Amino acid sequence: MADTVPRTSPVRRAGHRVPSAPARPARRRRTSAQNPLWALVFIGPTALGLAVFYIWPALQTLYYSFTTWGAFGGHTWSGLDNYTELAHDPEVATAFVNTFWYAVLGLLGIPIALTLAAALNGPGRRGVSTYRTLMFLPVVTMPAAVAIIWRWLYNGDYGLINYLLSIVGIQGTHWISNPRTALACVAAVGIWSTIGYNMVILMAGLKAISPHYYEAAAMDGAGPVRQFFSITIPLLSPSLFFVTVLSVIGSLQTFDLVYVMIGRTNPALPQTRTVVYLFYQKAFIENDRGYAAALAFVLLLVIIAVTGLQFRLQRRWVHYE
Amino acid sequence: MSEHQTAGRRMRPRRLGPVGTQAFLVAGAVVLAGPFVWEILTSFKSLTEIAQIPPTVLPAEWHFGNYADVFQALPFGTMFGNSIINALARTTAQLLLCSMAAYAFARIDFPGRKLLFALFLSVLLVPAQLLVIPQYQIIQGMHLLNTVPALFVPGMFSAFGTFLMRQFFLSLPAELEEAARLDGANPWRIYWSIMLPLARPGLMALGILTLLWSWNDLLWPLIVTTDTRKMPLSVGLASLQGQYTTNYPVLMAGSLIATLPVIVAFIITQKHVVEGIAFSGSKG
Repeated sequence: MADTVPRTSPVRRAGHRVPSAPARPARRRRTSAQNPLWALVFIGPTALGLAVFYIWPALQTLYYSFTTWGAFGGHTWSGLDNYTELAHDPEVATAFVNTFWYAVLGLLGIPIALTLAAALNGPGRRGVSTYRTLMFLPVVTMPAAVAIIWRWLYNGDYGLINYLLSIVGIQGTHWISNPRTALACVAAVGIWSTIGYNMVILMAGLKAISPHYYEAAAMDGAGPVRQFFSITIPLLSPSLFFVTVLSVIGSLQTFDLVYVMIGRTNPALPQTRTVVYLFYQKAFIENDRGYAAALAFVLLLVIIAVTGLQFRLQRRWVHYE
Repeated sequence: MSEHQTAGRRMRPRRLGPVGTQAFLVAGAVVLAGPFVWEILTSFKSLTEIAQIPPTVLPAEWHFGNYADVFQALPFGTMFGNSIINALARTTAQLLLCSMAAYAFARIDFPGRKLLFALFLSVLLVPAQLLVIPQYQIIQGMHLLNTVPALFVPGMFSAFGTFLMRQFFLSLPAELEEAARLDGANPWRIYWSIMLPLARPGLMALGILTLLWSWNDLLWPLIVTTDTRKMPLSVGLASLQGQYTTNYPVLMAGSLIATLPVIVAFIITQKHVVEGIAFSGSKG
């Protein structure tokens, strides 16, 4: 046993390819011969599950997007028909515009989360874990419940928000059935439920910044604001980039909040309906699955394009140490 | 602000003075946690009481009947059980299967490893809505529509979990397992008795995230269940709203029942949850 220990690390670093000590060539060869089989044992179940439930369905959806579905489930090849129809469908265009707004408004949560994280990160701050727990509650709460809670707060007649506004003399509206306010109100709830998540990620990022930077900057006479923009933001930029990318991807797939907050009979539905909501409606209510598949594919392309663009732009503002 | 009083204590920048910061934090906590207080209070009020202006803060009379109404309207107890089975099945399966696959990706050399891993990663990019139509058909073909297994079968496999665990295994030193290997332990024993115990923080992070997602998921269970006795709580809540459109006390009671287990579990394990989130943020 004792003589094997020193040999272990060079062997590992060279990936088993170091000419082995003459003493035990047989055993080492046997181990590597077994490797592919062991890999199969370990990876097989997940690989099979992913192939059946994820990879194959993705390809099948691509195929379905080129088909038209009859009322009773049969489908026929129809080439690019779904895509051309999509391009001229005002309902689809509105859903994409709405989804775009959810993504843009959703980004407003990041500065809020950053400010909260910075405030909690201060030295000698008391009650950090209590604040963090309270602020994280929306993240762990199921969106269906969140939507119901906020419907009540937004209620036009008896909602708490309108009551509080009336105290300061503002006349509220029926927030989520008013087509002019509904989208912003749903987006606000989206922000509310992700602030805690972003805050926790950003707090971890802030903790990793060495206090020496601030001490040096303070000695050079930089004030808090200057320090924030010259030290905190650049050094935190990888975390900021991460939460931005996730926030946009998440917003582009908004469904739960709209489904539960905005009922099917809500007059503001056209102004709040997202792409995924429209997808659900086409695929599982109207059984127009070919069209829905095409819609899902266009959304995927949009997600890839937007994420790709963000990765491209990150070179301009994200600094990796 | 009162910057002067504390400035001497420590030289570190602050964007706001202590009083301003504290006020900001309190405001943040009120906005983020306040709605839950209102939810709880409303769930004990009567329908006539919630229509009063100005609204009462504490219930004038505590109405526990709203909770009974929830269980009368829908088989909420059964839904509760369905949610628990769904969350536990997905989480247990992912903890085992993802960590197995991740171990092999991190430690076993085999031909095509890079290609296979790239294929796994590509699954990460695919959003759920791109998969649900064929997934629905597979579940239909297996005659599982409107059953509890329909809720969790596709969710037992995860590219994200494999990726997360692989990152974790890669961060562990290889010396221990190397010694075991030279002692003749086979890869399964090394994985099971050496690597898994070391990977506990990673498993914790994955387990908590999976429990949370499974419990809260709406789109998939909405698609595969129409029978109220097979629905999880998320879909149950959506149908409760269909029945009690504006009966907010009952809706608040239902929301509270559906979220309380997760909130309690979160408060108990909050340190791990937060660390897990931060970990997935740095590795994911």
